[in-house]
Amino acid sequence: MSDRMAAPILDIASLSVAYRGAAGWTPVVRGIDVRLEAGRTLVLLGESGSGKSVTLRSIVGLLRDEGARVEGEVRVGARNVTTMSDPELRQLRGGRVGFIFQEPMTALDPVFRIGDQIAETIVRHRGTTWKCAMGMAKELFELVQIPSAARRLSAYPNELSGGLRQRAMIAMAMSCEPELLLADEPTTALDATVQIQVLLLLREIQKERGTSMVFVTHDLGVAAEIADDVAVMYAGQIVEHGSADQVLLTPRHPYTQALTRCVVRGSYRDAALGELGGAPPDLGRLPAGCSFAPRCVRRADECLLAAPEPCEVAPSHIVACLRAADMAATPTGEFQES
Amino acid sequence: MLFYAVRRLLYAIPIGIGVTFIVFSLVHIAPGDPISALLPNEATQEMVEQARREYGLDQPLLVQYATWLGHAARGDLGTSIGSGRPVASEVAGAVGNTVILAISAGLVACILGFLLGIVAGLWRDRPVDHIVSLITISGVSIPHYWLAILLVIVFSVDLNWLPPLGIGPDSSGGWRPDWPHLSHLILPTIATAAIPMAVIARTLRASVVDVLDQDFVTTLRAKGLLPRRVLWHVIRNALPTALAVMGLQLGNMLGGSVLVETVFAWPGTGFLLASAIFQRDLPLLQGTMLVLSMFFVLLNLIVDLVQSWTDPRIRRA
Ligand SMILES: Nc1ncnc2c1ncn2[C@@H]1O[C@H](COP(=O)(O)OP(=O)(O)OP(=O)(O)O)[C@@H](O)[C@H]1O
Ligand SMILES: [Mg+2]
Repeated sequence: MSDRMAAPILDIASLSVAYRGAAGWTPVVRGIDVRLEAGRTLVLLGESGSGKSVTLRSIVGLLRDEGARVEGEVRVGARNVTTMSDPELRQLRGGRVGFIFQEPMTALDPVFRIGDQIAETIVRHRGTTWKCAMGMAKELFELVQIPSAARRLSAYPNELSGGLRQRAMIAMAMSCEPELLLADEPTTALDATVQIQVLLLLREIQKERGTSMVFVTHDLGVAAEIADDVAVMYAGQIVEHGSADQVLLTPRHPYTQALTRCVVRGSYRDAALGELGGAPPDLGRLPAGCSFAPRCVRRADECLLAAPEPCEVAPSHIVACLRAADMAATPTGEFQES
Repeated sequence: MLFYAVRRLLYAIPIGIGVTFIVFSLVHIAPGDPISALLPNEATQEMVEQARREYGLDQPLLVQYATWLGHAARGDLGTSIGSGRPVASEVAGAVGNTVILAISAGLVACILGFLLGIVAGLWRDRPVDHIVSLITISGVSIPHYWLAILLVIVFSVDLNWLPPLGIGPDSSGGWRPDWPHLSHLILPTIATAAIPMAVIARTLRASVVDVLDQDFVTTLRAKGLLPRRVLWHVIRNALPTALAVMGLQLGNMLGGSVLVETVFAWPGTGFLLASAIFQRDLPLLQGTMLVLSMFFVLLNLIVDLVQSWTDPRIRRA
């Protein structure tokens, strides 16, 4: 990336994550680089299992408790998350960095009132009294447009609809005015109409407060709606990274091209990545060359030999494909059935 | 909540009546004639018949039941065949002693089982989990009476540290929490508490492991909460299960106390029940069982109410 950019709010450098599997370590994220400037929204796009959630969790050091092997460096603002002590990490989580999960039903504690779950975060990071925190929770509920806020604060998660639950989750993540918001498919579990409302609300709050955001989704429609930048993940690597226009309108990686073409043929919003032909590779037994090569219609012989290095095809538009230069503006192909 | 409580209370009534009927009929179905135990071996047929009439045993079973229930409702449980004293006063004296043992053993079982279960669950598959597992497996597999006898052999006979029998000095003066009385309480408490403690610990471990696997725990961590606050969430989630199993185990403890009280000659309801059985003292047997089972019904009621109060998913249902 060029150095004319402002200091990034998020800087991930050659991050690799592996989990212990039946036969040794299975790589799940393989040497990714991500930079996000303050105030912008990065969408992580990719099929199920491509490592989006793992990448997101690594940003607040949540992988430490999972027995994962993590290499590389993650920086939030000026702080190096990789070398943080546990108390430092706990300051970061919920305080500087807010987290929104996919499934608000299971992500909220069923036996605690919603208001208490928000207030405990505020008390923890801002050191206010409980009463004061409850007052702030009420204001947050108004911010996320939950009607009859006072009554809803004393409700239990199972007493709210999915949409309201996710709004409460957003309120919780925003409660300590984080500089970075991490959202892991926050609208996937919701009905289509509610999905759009929540998405618009999230974008509005984020723009209003100038919060930076990393947003994980496998829905191109959602990505187009909210992204400033897009990073496309495939089998634990970022295969294409650039501005939303660059990646979604002039994709240069055959994988991204196939995805966007899929969308053109089908209905835009409903296009899920999993509907494409072929299947992602088994992370335990990756092919020698490009991991996408077995499904790629534009595969050349050399693609099977060496993994492609990421290269800049246009300013801050990075593509990891040996044939990236030939890909420009050519009509996109489809997946080979493998 | 109130609605649930009232409904649950109403449920307890038919349960209670059903239990009394079962208690009553079980005693009658059980083999052995109470009269033959009462009268000398050479008693004539006439004497037997007269005794049967006196105790109402010649009436049909349902009539006997109705009469007995009617009396019981007014606090009259009949007269003990063995001692000739009113069953109600015999049982009342024993209940006090059993309550002392039950509270002591219940506290030990609940507190120790709770702590061991939480620790094992939090440090799943670590050495401390394996140690707890060893303790609890021994706990559930050793029979009450065997443990009771073992304790007496080791601590009373061999080491001579603790008294083996009875409730303590001068039982007429009432029980006091002083050393002579407490020293008598220690061994029966251990013997009674072992199984419930082990079961509570095992259930709680499973429950904690289950809670820790749920998504919301990741949310709590992602909020940067302190470990002790996360622990509080985990405990609050495991609490309904913990209370349910505690209630059940306290109930089972009443059953176990029959054997333990007999081994230690602890003058409680269990001891009374055992002697009633051996002497075929029918009214005493019925009265004791009635009180014990009513206690069980009450315990279940309390557990249900407390559980619904700690779990909003039941509370608001
Ligand atoms: N705690 C864990 N232990 C072992 N393997 C894990 C763990 N978490 C994730 N993985 C593995 O890492 C890979 C990537 O998972 P990840 O959750 O990041 O995918 P994703 O891109 O978020 O997919 P989805 O769209 O389904 O959420 C998967 O193969 C998954 O099985
Ligand atoms: Mg995911």
